[in-house]
Amino acid sequence: MSTQVPVLRSADFASDQDVRWCPGCGDYSVLAQMKKMLPSLGVPPERIVFVSGIGCSSRFPYYMNTFGIHSIHGRAPAVATGLKSARPDLQVWVITGDGDALSIGGNHLLHCLRRNVDLNIVLFNNRIYGLTKGQYSPTSPLGKVTKTTPLGSIDNPLHPLSIAIGCEATFVARSIDVHIQHLGMVLKRAAEHRGTAFVEVYQNCNVFNDGAWDYATDRQTKSDAILEIEHGKPLVFGRDRSKGIRLRGMEPEIVELGDGVTEQDLLVHDERAPEPSLAYLLSRMRHPEFPEPIGVLRAVDAPIYDAELNRQVERSRHANGPGSLDALFHAGETWRVP
Amino acid sequence: MATSTPQPAGKPVKTLRRATVRLCGDSGDGMQLVGSQLTLTSALAGNDIATFPDYPAEIRAPRGTRAGVSGFQIQFAAEEIFTPGDSVDALVAMNPAALVTNLGDLEPGGVLVVDRDSFGDKDLRLANLPSNPLTDGSLEKYHLVEVAIGTLTRKAVENVRGADGKPLPAKLADRCRNFFAMGLVYWLYGRELDATLRFIHGKFGGKPEIAEANERALRAGWNYGETTELMPGSYTVGAARLGPGTYRNLMGAQATAWGLLTAAHLSGKELFYASYPITPASAILEELSRFKQFGVRTFQAEDEIAAMCSVIGGAFGGAMAVTATSGPGMALKGEGLGLAMILELPMIVVNVQRGGPSTGLPTKTEQSDLLQALFGRNGESPLPVIAARSPADCFDAAQEAWRVATRFMVPVILLLDGSIVNGAEPWRIPSLETLPPIPIEHPGPALPESPFQPYARDERLSRPWALPGTPGLMHRVGGLEKQDVTGHVSYDPANHQRMTDLRAQKVANIARDVPPQAVTGPERGDVLIVSWGGTYGACTTAATACRQEGLQVAHAHLRYLNPFPANLGDLLGRYRHVLVPELNMGQLRLLLRARYLVDAEGLNKVTGRPFTVAEIVERVRQFARTVS
Repeated sequence: MSTQVPVLRSADFASDQDVRWCPGCGDYSVLAQMKKMLPSLGVPPERIVFVSGIGCSSRFPYYMNTFGIHSIHGRAPAVATGLKSARPDLQVWVITGDGDALSIGGNHLLHCLRRNVDLNIVLFNNRIYGLTKGQYSPTSPLGKVTKTTPLGSIDNPLHPLSIAIGCEATFVARSIDVHIQHLGMVLKRAAEHRGTAFVEVYQNCNVFNDGAWDYATDRQTKSDAILEIEHGKPLVFGRDRSKGIRLRGMEPEIVELGDGVTEQDLLVHDERAPEPSLAYLLSRMRHPEFPEPIGVLRAVDAPIYDAELNRQVERSRHANGPGSLDALFHAGETWRVP
Repeated sequence: MATSTPQPAGKPVKTLRRATVRLCGDSGDGMQLVGSQLTLTSALAGNDIATFPDYPAEIRAPRGTRAGVSGFQIQFAAEEIFTPGDSVDALVAMNPAALVTNLGDLEPGGVLVVDRDSFGDKDLRLANLPSNPLTDGSLEKYHLVEVAIGTLTRKAVENVRGADGKPLPAKLADRCRNFFAMGLVYWLYGRELDATLRFIHGKFGGKPEIAEANERALRAGWNYGETTELMPGSYTVGAARLGPGTYRNLMGAQATAWGLLTAAHLSGKELFYASYPITPASAILEELSRFKQFGVRTFQAEDEIAAMCSVIGGAFGGAMAVTATSGPGMALKGEGLGLAMILELPMIVVNVQRGGPSTGLPTKTEQSDLLQALFGRNGESPLPVIAARSPADCFDAAQEAWRVATRFMVPVILLLDGSIVNGAEPWRIPSLETLPPIPIEHPGPALPESPFQPYARDERLSRPWALPGTPGLMHRVGGLEKQDVTGHVSYDPANHQRMTDLRAQKVANIARDVPPQAVTGPERGDVLIVSWGGTYGACTTAATACRQEGLQVAHAHLRYLNPFPANLGDLLGRYRHVLVPELNMGQLRLLLRARYLVDAEGLNKVTGRPFTVAEIVERVRQFARTVS
């Protein structure tokens, strides 16, 4: 009883619009991996909607041959929540950036996450305002010198994964623009998650903040600076996988494997842990003190806002019968004038 | 338990055409409840009614202070009426603060009922009164009825026993004071108790002792009027001659919600209603939240912006998407409205206007958001603006807003006055079959070889409403200027001019789609009163009164504020004077003067209160004096 589903290709998801990001921008990679991954889901383009806010990454929907809304600064999660509430049958993606999601749109992001609307949010983190040409962003590090911080930033930065986990997001992951296979895997996991999937992508802005993620992408440093986490596996990293993360009380510590320390002593990743504490601890591991985790930090099931909203409608119809306007109008006290 | 109303006997009954009653007390005294019950009972008696609830922004301001006074005014009549009444024939004041803040509106000779138990030294001090008005002679020109409401209420409920077999605590007993006062007012105007008894037992069914106490207090109040010498006689106000049909009492907030539900039904849509709690618009969200079985999805958003933006998402998905707000909430929605405007998606944004600017007077009425509705966005962004004129008219206006939104693929701003959303009036229940359907078409699947053009336009200049999920219709919309027809991002100078012109012309085309502006009164003459929104009642009553005085006064009440009806300019030119009464400092007047070069004059106030009929009549008489 299977209906014939046409086999989709990457090209089927490409719109006819010229991509206008700067040459060398990390956004190209995310776009390519998205187009490459989507055919594997078996969802036709007309059932997918990309919603974005404002910023370089937010041009993304124009380049996808799906439905799309390029909305206003920071508001994409709100637009997407309305869309998904009215149309739970659609697959809805939110494409956003560090300024869009965490500064002007911070409120919408946290409420979207705590409601667990069935959306996939991809946050392109380049730690700079690109479209407005180089002001510091809410993820820019302390001391960062930009056009608006000539003496260095004094704003303590936000960390997207910590924010998401603080909101008890049900799916939290991180990847890197140039780590294309890993990125494709993470996007697919996000798409398959039911509830809000939040993905941070380290994305290089080669014009206004080139090299912000060099430690995570440079051949010389990345193996010590990045830790690829996998569910059920101990936290091992390093060029020859000789280092690991061990818990000392409530604190993580880096240990050298060998000399009496084995993988059995290491923290084992559990992305399904109901308590978000472990995921939060991972999100707090930051360069240069710690390797930064990439992969899926947290993936748990929880009630989904749009599903619950529509369930209330169905239950009310079931319990009360479909609404009757005539009955409503005549309910309570009425009188007749002959 | 008897539910019948005792029959008055022995005292004279005077027949009135109309009466205006105001009930006022502390915000915790339950005056709004008494008011709504008197409204219902009067409506059931066949009166025409109009109400004006007036309450403070504080939920419980310090007890007994002037800041905490909450009032409810109702006019009921044996003839058609349009306002809650200019002045008050009977005033019930539960404490000195209520008395002193409301006495100015009581007619000389009017009935003044006060709770004597609430006029102690402390009460007077709280109300900031140097002397006791009950004894200082300041109430001599009224028919003062001093009643020990507190004492009598306690006495009335002293035999009520709770589930534990004990008498009601004094605090609970005192909460029945409002029902005692209600009973006395019911006696004064010959009102039936039945509906209120049904209400009491319905509302307090789970707490039989409370229900019994309230019933006893109500009956005690009624009996007090009947038996004591303090009340010399009562009044009767007969049924009004309303058109045939089945009626009910309807509040504006309810009418708005039901109108939206009905519009969804008539257009085959389900309602997505997103809102952030704000006074007084929250009442609509609360009402719609009850209607899940109608397919209504209500979304209490995290803020005004999210409410607006989620509605854009809902509209893109094909829902009947609506949001509502008040006061500064509308300013927050401005950014989203601009996006909705350039996307050209249908939706409704309701603004229940309250006193501004900023937080202003949250619980008071005003009409000062008209210019914001027309111009409160960046760039050239004209939007249709519609206003309702009375509580029950919100039902029709909501449907009209959705009709315009869908025919023209445009967000519509529906302006309501706070006073009509909180007010109530009898509503003739319509038969659904008689309501005009709101047909909506969505384009069907398209073939790959014929690319979909999301910004192609029909003869009205509307674009297609293409829904996600439809094969072949994939397209992107956004806040960037888009190329004519294709919708692709375009920075072409000529294209921006063209798209700006098209969007403006589309909204202007609505003027051809709506009925011409009607006028009551002479077709030409000395004075034309032009009004909009909730001032309809006062203006139409004033115009009628002026004509009865022999003045040549016509009245045009605008439902469409943008675009104006096509014949409006011609109309304005037929009268020597154009008077625009508004609860703002002259916003419609500014528009009329700019658009039609007419020397319109204003009657303006922003006191948080509606116009009285007398205010408008007096202004018209001034014209008459200059004319003659």
